[in-house]
Order: sequence, then structure tokens, then C-alpha cells
Amino acid sequence: MSATAVPITTTTAGPRPARRRKRTDARTALFFLLPNGVGFLVFTIAPLIASLVLSLFAWPLIGTTSFVGLQNYITLFSKDMTFRSAILNTVYFVAAYVPLNIIVAMSVALWLQGYGRTRRILRVVFFVPVLTPLVADAVVWSLLFTTRNGLIDSVVHGIFHVQGPEWLSAPQWAMPSIIIVAVWQGFGYNMLLFTAGLHAIPETFYDASQIDGASRWRTFWSITVPLLSPSLFFGIILTVITSFQVFDLAYILTDGGPGTSSTTIVYWLFEKGFNDYAMGYASAIAWVLFLIVIVITGIQMRLQRRWVFYET
Amino acid sequence: MSTAVSHRLRRSRPRRIASNTGLAVAVLLLLLPLLWGIGTALKPEADAFDNSLSSFGHATEFSNFVAAWNYGPFGRFLLNGLIVGVAGAAITVTTSLLAGYAFARLHFRGRDKLFFLYVATLVVPQQVLVVPMFFLMRDLGWINSYQALIVPWAFSAFGVFLMRQFFRTIPLELEEAAKVDGASHLWIFLRVMVPMVVPAIGVLGLFTFIAYWNSFLWPLIVIDSRNLATVPLGLQFFLSQQGYQWNLLMAGGTISLIPGVVLAFVLQRYLSRGISLSGLGGR
Repeated sequence: MSATAVPITTTTAGPRPARRRKRTDARTALFFLLPNGVGFLVFTIAPLIASLVLSLFAWPLIGTTSFVGLQNYITLFSKDMTFRSAILNTVYFVAAYVPLNIIVAMSVALWLQGYGRTRRILRVVFFVPVLTPLVADAVVWSLLFTTRNGLIDSVVHGIFHVQGPEWLSAPQWAMPSIIIVAVWQGFGYNMLLFTAGLHAIPETFYDASQIDGASRWRTFWSITVPLLSPSLFFGIILTVITSFQVFDLAYILTDGGPGTSSTTIVYWLFEKGFNDYAMGYASAIAWVLFLIVIVITGIQMRLQRRWVFYET
Repeated sequence: MSTAVSHRLRRSRPRRIASNTGLAVAVLLLLLPLLWGIGTALKPEADAFDNSLSSFGHATEFSNFVAAWNYGPFGRFLLNGLIVGVAGAAITVTTSLLAGYAFARLHFRGRDKLFFLYVATLVVPQQVLVVPMFFLMRDLGWINSYQALIVPWAFSAFGVFLMRQFFRTIPLELEEAAKVDGASHLWIFLRVMVPMVVPAIGVLGLFTFIAYWNSFLWPLIVIDSRNLATVPLGLQFFLSQQGYQWNLLMAGGTISLIPGVVLAFVLQRYLSRGISLSGLGGR
């Protein structure tokens, strides 16, 4: 049937204008796409491929390069104990940071829900840290973390009458300290995202639940969360991707230490690539990071169907 | 709308007091690092290593800010940050608008596949590109230059994605009418489409600027001159040279925080509504 249908349509005048329009569009499209497309090709696609190729080489900054196959990856997972702690530390960071960020962002967004003047100003206040460089935050926070009469220590001593831990120089407290500063700096973005989402929820849903006599807790889980789920999902996806890239705070606050207790994946990548100049090895670290991010994001996309509620 | 919301939020009195107290504590916690930093920055040198509460307020030394500012030189760092952020945001917004329009409204072969390629790169962490990008900068002779700070990150897929999503929300009828009048794509783009997505331009411009302004890893890799350092890198230079003389260090730290505070209050009208990413699936 299709065999007879095809010749007929090609002989009619119908598709011809469409085809011509398509051709002119192609030329226009090229003009519109070129500025970004060239940059995208040179500065995203090419380096992406190059870094995969580099990861298969022993590639010092100066000196001879040699193809080593998967050796960089094998070394990473079998011999490099620092890399092992870097993965564990990064996973620790993500596992603590993302839930804390989302919970704080959500709480503040709910707290400040509405259009009053004070609420609007407070939202801006809570957003301020997002606009500040992490390096500056780390400098200022390092003062609070100092042991013996630092602010945090004084408070701990005043309330609990115990000497606080050596925040930045105790292996078990270095990561928690970084997480505290990271949440302080980062939650404001998700807060504003959730604020916009909350304001988009139609009032009638809340009225209905009030008539039904639902508790606030119940209303939150049965109405707010499902209707906010697209914003929540978007926020979680982005926060997870960026939190795997944690670097600045570990570099300034703790220098990856003490020992390797706050060495993250990107910290180790930087050390290997730009201190030891093992460029191939650093690229292999980068690709492991990339694969972790892809897998985690893929899983989240898949789970999305279970809990994200899109109005159609 | 506002009465409906206040109705939703009506609470009993003790509850409201508890809520307000909680908020006050939260605001204090949030601002404390900044206030503590400023307080320390104003200390005379004799108290600079003493960190206890009782060490505040003996004397105020604004000269610490002057000393840090001149030593930095923080004026230079701020200017560099501004140049790099504005140029980066301008290139990103312009090229994203053009490409976003093509993906949203033009018909050409392989469009959806190409767009998928763009979207797929959204999950690529910057750090994956950093090593080859460093080689590229070296071969172009761009190490220690503004171009190295600006150009590599100005063609992000995110901007194209954002703009395409916003263009798609504009009713087709608007451009159909212009087409009937014989308008070209460029005319439609400039006169019909771009004016419709001004809010999106604002969002993309702001977030691109912030990303450039706060970026640390990349400047650390390609810049080792204080004349070209942006704020985070400049502060890191300052930190490694000043060691732990708290008053000067905090003066440098708080100087670096202030532009963010100013920016927030300049943009307060827009920020206070929240970030709506309508069309992004984020609602």
C-alpha cells in the first residue's frame, strides 16, 4: 500500500513548498547555530574526547608520552590508596550535603512562604551566601573554626562544658566542617527554586485539604511535596551533580587533610594534574568522576517516574 | 492572592512567636560569619591573634581594610572579576539566544539529534574538560590572559537549553503574523522573539556572571599573575602570603564577600520572587 501511496504524494504540489522552506531554514539555522556551535565543538566536544584519549596515556607535561591502555584506571583502583579515600570522602560529602541542603532549603522556603515585605527581604538575605565565592567563605569560616576560644569552640564550651574538637585538624571533623560551610553557602539557590514552585501551587488544593481536616504534616506530604516534586527533582539533580565536584573548600579550609581525610576526587585530580603534572592520570580521575555522575543521574532519572508528579 | 496566602499561613499566637524566634536565630546564624569577620577585621594588630569574644571593641582600625585593599590589590581583583564575569555572561547570552532560537523554531535535518548532543553534555563536570583545555590554552598562548578566563566556558549547553525552552513557550501565532508580512528570520528573532524572553536573559546572565565571579579551580590553573586574578584566586594569593594574621585576613575575606551582598540587594526585587524555571520542567 505504501508503495502506491509514495509516488502519488511526490507528484502532488503539496510537499514542495514545505521542502523549499526546509532548505532555506537550513541556511538560516547555520547562521544562528554557528557562533555557539563552533565554541561548543572546540571547548566542549573536543576536550571531552581529548580527555578520554589522554586518560589512556602516560602523559607528563614535559617529556615523552606513551600509550598505556587502561593502566591509569587499573592503578587508580588497585594501588592508589589516596584515590580510594578521595572517592569515599566525596561520597560522604554528597550523602550528607545533598539531604541537608534540600531540607534546609525546603524548610526556609516553607517558613518564608508568602508575599509579605519581611519575608521577601529575608529570602534575599538567605540567598546572599550563594553570591559569595567559596574561597572567601572558607577564609571567614576558618576563623570561627579555630580551636581554643574560636567562636564555635566558645559556644560548645559554654553550653556543654566540654572542649570542642579540633575542627579543621581532626581527621573525623574535617569533612563535617566542610559540609557545614557548604550548606551555609549553597542552600539559598534551592530555597529560591522551591519558593517559586510553592507559589505556583494553586490555593484550591490547600483549601480542599483544610476542609477535609487534614493536619499540616499530612498536607505537606500529600499536597505540597507531590505538587512541588518537579522543582524538587530539578534541585536534587543539579545539587548532586555539583556536589560531586567539591573542591574549593577542601583546598582552602583543610588542604585535603589532615592526612587524606578531606581529599576529594577533584582535589586529587588537581594534585595529580597540576602539581605532579601527570596529565593522563588526572584525565583518568576525571573520567571516573564523570562516569559516577552519569550513573547516579541516570538512576535518578529512572526513579523519577516513581515520585515526580507532572501535571498534564 | 496575598490574602489567600496569609489565610493558608494563619497560625496560633504561640506558634507564630516560636516561628519568628526561630527565624531570628536562623538569620543570626547566617550572618554571624560575616559579622564576626568584619569585627575581627577592625581589630588592632595587638588583638589580631586573640580570637575570644572579649578581644573585640578595644579599638577600631579601619586601616586594616586599607592595608588589605592596597596589598591585594583588591581593587584589581574586583575589576578583573567584573571584566571576566560581564564578558562571559555577554557571550553566553548572545550565542545561547541565537542557538536556542534555531533549536526552538527552525527546521533542519538532524536538529533533534544535535539538540540531544547538547543536552547530553549538561552532565559533563567542568573538571573533565580541564586538562585538555589547559593544553589548548598553552598551545594558543593564552595562559595568563583574560581570554583564558572568559572564552572556554562561554559556550555552555545550559544556556542553549534554557533559551530553547523559553522560546518554545512563545505562541507560534506571533511569528506567523510577522512571516505573513514577509519578515525575515533575523527580524523576527530580534523584534519578536528576543523581547519576549527578557526574563530568561536576566536569569541566564545573572547565573553565568555568578559562576564566573565565584570560579576558582580554572583561574588557579591558568593564571599565576596577581594582575589577572579574579576575586577567589586573588584572595588565595593574599591568604598564602598573609599567613594567619587574622585582622588582615578577615579584611581581605570580607572585602571579597561584599560585592555579593551588594548584588543581592540590587536585585532584591527579582530574587525575592524565587527562581522560576518555567519551561525547564522545573516549574
